[in-house]
Amino acid sequence: MKIIITSTGNTLDAEFDQRFGRAGWYCVFNTEDGTTEFIENENKDRQGGAGTKAAEQVAALGVEKVISGHFGPKAEDLLNKLSVQMVILHEQNPTVQEVIDQIKN
Amino acid sequence: MNFKITVASGKGGTGKTTVSVNLAYLLSKELDLDIQLVDCDVEEPNSTIFFPKKCIKETETCFKQVPEIDIEKCTFCGKCAEYCEFSAITIIQKLEFQEIHSDLCHSCGACFIACPNNAIIEKQKSIGVIQNYKIRENLNLVEGRLEIGSPMQTMLISQLKDYVDGDAHITVFDSPPGTSCPMVETVSDADFVILVTEPTPFGLYDLKLAIDVLKEINIPFGVFINKAGLGDTLLYDYLNQEKIAILGEVPFDRSYASKYAEGNLLDTTLEKVKPHYQNLMRTLINKLD
Repeated sequence: MKIIITSTGNTLDAEFDQRFGRAGWYCVFNTEDGTTEFIENENKDRQGGAGTKAAEQVAALGVEKVISGHFGPKAEDLLNKLSVQMVILHEQNPTVQEVIDQIKN
Repeated sequence: MNFKITVASGKGGTGKTTVSVNLAYLLSKELDLDIQLVDCDVEEPNSTIFFPKKCIKETETCFKQVPEIDIEKCTFCGKCAEYCEFSAITIIQKLEFQEIHSDLCHSCGACFIACPNNAIIEKQKSIGVIQNYKIRENLNLVEGRLEIGSPMQTMLISQLKDYVDGDAHITVFDSPPGTSCPMVETVSDADFVILVTEPTPFGLYDLKLAIDVLKEINIPFGVFINKAGLGDTLLYDYLNQEKIAILGEVPFDRSYASKYAEGNLLDTTLEKVKPHYQNLMRTLINKLD
């Protein structure tokens, strides 16, 4: 299964990004082989509709679960329709690696 | 004659509506001309409150065009979503998924041009209503009222302006606060703008922003100072330095505020205020000639 973790940078020691639609990067973590891939969020500076664009991008990647700090209403609505599970993490500023470690355990 | 006066401000709560309703009312009483007051503050129109004896003449629903996708014809190529500047269309080819986010749509029509398969159908979505009231024989009040949650303020203001166009000798537009699109749309074709401000640092700061807008689009204006006596002298220093005309000053008075809060026109309640508006009216009439 592919899981996306919203990230502020493109490395595992980058801080987790609290925002979904306007996150800097998306870390795609593959639970089967443990690999990670970082994809830049090209829509983070859009005037409006960043959330729907992000949801579109996530669904097109075949991701089943997204871990972020906050999902906007439009993104949430669209992710629900696309059957992508949303996980809200309340922890303050963990690194992407720390989030992955939590998934593994 | 079709003279357009717009009452605007940078800061909210300086007295745009107070000035608009009182000015329009006074103009209709003192001039033998058709006067129209247009409440363009479509997110919270409140000019009607001051005219309890109004009677409604007409209500018109306003629409915007939004796309709908014909699934039979759509190949999920995503061209429409690619053309959309406002992210109002989601297409995921792999999942054969499509959705229109009509709240984000600005009715620009790019998706109709983008679609190679004629799969986009035009649909109408309501954004609000225009209500036209008769106040006095020669005074009409027209307001736009945006649907709750709709982001189409500017489009509704534009439709409101088209609706009232050319209907009166003098039209007074009550602008929404701020200096963003809805304000710019309201002031954009005014013959003269009255900027209402208050002599406080906040009033001055936002006034400067509004003045920047008007200078940029080249619209003549003057400043009307409400709540004079409050705050400080920075506003006066600035107006002096920039040689900006002061159209009038209404001193701050608690009783004006409470009369306003009760929904009364200042003209009918407070003799002290009347001369300030009469002066303002005379200044404007001179501009007419």
